[in-house]
Amino acid sequence: MKPIEFLKTSVLLAGAGVSVASAGDAYAMHISEGLLPFDWAALWSGLAVPFIAFGLYRLRKMSEADLSFKPLVGLMTAVVFIISCMPIPVPTAGTCSHPCGTGISGILLGPSVSVLVTAAALLIQALFLAHGGLTTWGADIVSMGVMGSFTGYLTFRALRSLKVNMAASAFAAGLLADWATYITTSLELASGVRGDSEFLPLFWQIVAAFVPTQLPLGILEGAITAGMVTLLYKKRPDLLVKMRVIKAEEAL
Amino acid sequence: MRKKKSEVRIQNPGEMKQRGYSAVVVVIILIFSFCASLSFAEEKWPGVDESVVNKIAKEHGREAWEPLINTDQGDLLLFVFLVAGTIGGFAAGYYWRVLMENRSGANRNRRA
Repeated sequence: MKPIEFLKTSVLLAGAGVSVASAGDAYAMHISEGLLPFDWAALWSGLAVPFIAFGLYRLRKMSEADLSFKPLVGLMTAVVFIISCMPIPVPTAGTCSHPCGTGISGILLGPSVSVLVTAAALLIQALFLAHGGLTTWGADIVSMGVMGSFTGYLTFRALRSLKVNMAASAFAAGLLADWATYITTSLELASGVRGDSEFLPLFWQIVAAFVPTQLPLGILEGAITAGMVTLLYKKRPDLLVKMRVIKAEEAL
Repeated sequence: MRKKKSEVRIQNPGEMKQRGYSAVVVVIILIFSFCASLSFAEEKWPGVDESVVNKIAKEHGREAWEPLINTDQGDLLLFVFLVAGTIGGFAAGYYWRVLMENRSGANRNRRA
């Protein structure tokens, strides 16, 4: 990475950090501390563990091949951290929510390292920003990290293999990664808090409650993802080749 | 004579037009967001955690706990960011040296 780019990224992150720090309340969709009963929290945490372990293994393997992969992973962690706690007002719903950033990290780093990156971002948010919680960390990793990253990655790969252009593929990846995250959150919440209520009606009630905010926000996340991937493709195709997003012959 | 890349870019009217449109769209979004935030200044803009997640959980008898580390007290959150920024700054400074070592080494060799 060139020094000037590193500097620009640092300034951008510092600015975003200040804006996050100045935000008073949490506007997160992450499931808050203590909302899930112990057995459900344990189940989601257990489900997240193998993904994190595999992410660590992939990170080590990729860093062995190329040490400069590590700073890129660090930068993407910062990107996911900032994007996933950035409150955006949605005038159509009168509420605030945030994109997830796992679509872009899934595309760039691959889904397993993206899960790891998301876990780190969620841990810091749970500890210091009251976004999510430690008991619900596993559930949040599964919804945002696992579902978001894999949906984004698989959508992008599938569309690229069908020769869909870069921007449209990235847009669909960001959009579906966002929506997949919220559908999984609905599933986790419905299964955890339903008590004696029936699962499906509660699940659809939560999905319907998310729709006014997340429908437009998903489109915004698609646009952000498409913008970031297209910009990288135009300015730094070598990075996309290095991260195996495109082949060397596809670089401009 | 080969033209410089920047000269070619400036002379490409299609790209200039596209950039102009993008800038207009960004400005419109910013103005719209600003006006929306002003017009709803009296209203609360709850996050979906409040309006959906916590609300539905409460309806089913579950409430969120207090966060383990509550930074929403006075300027505590700013202090946390200051500490994080300091640690991050020192780490970035240290690894900057490591990252740039090869480059400066190469320059020194070239000069020699």
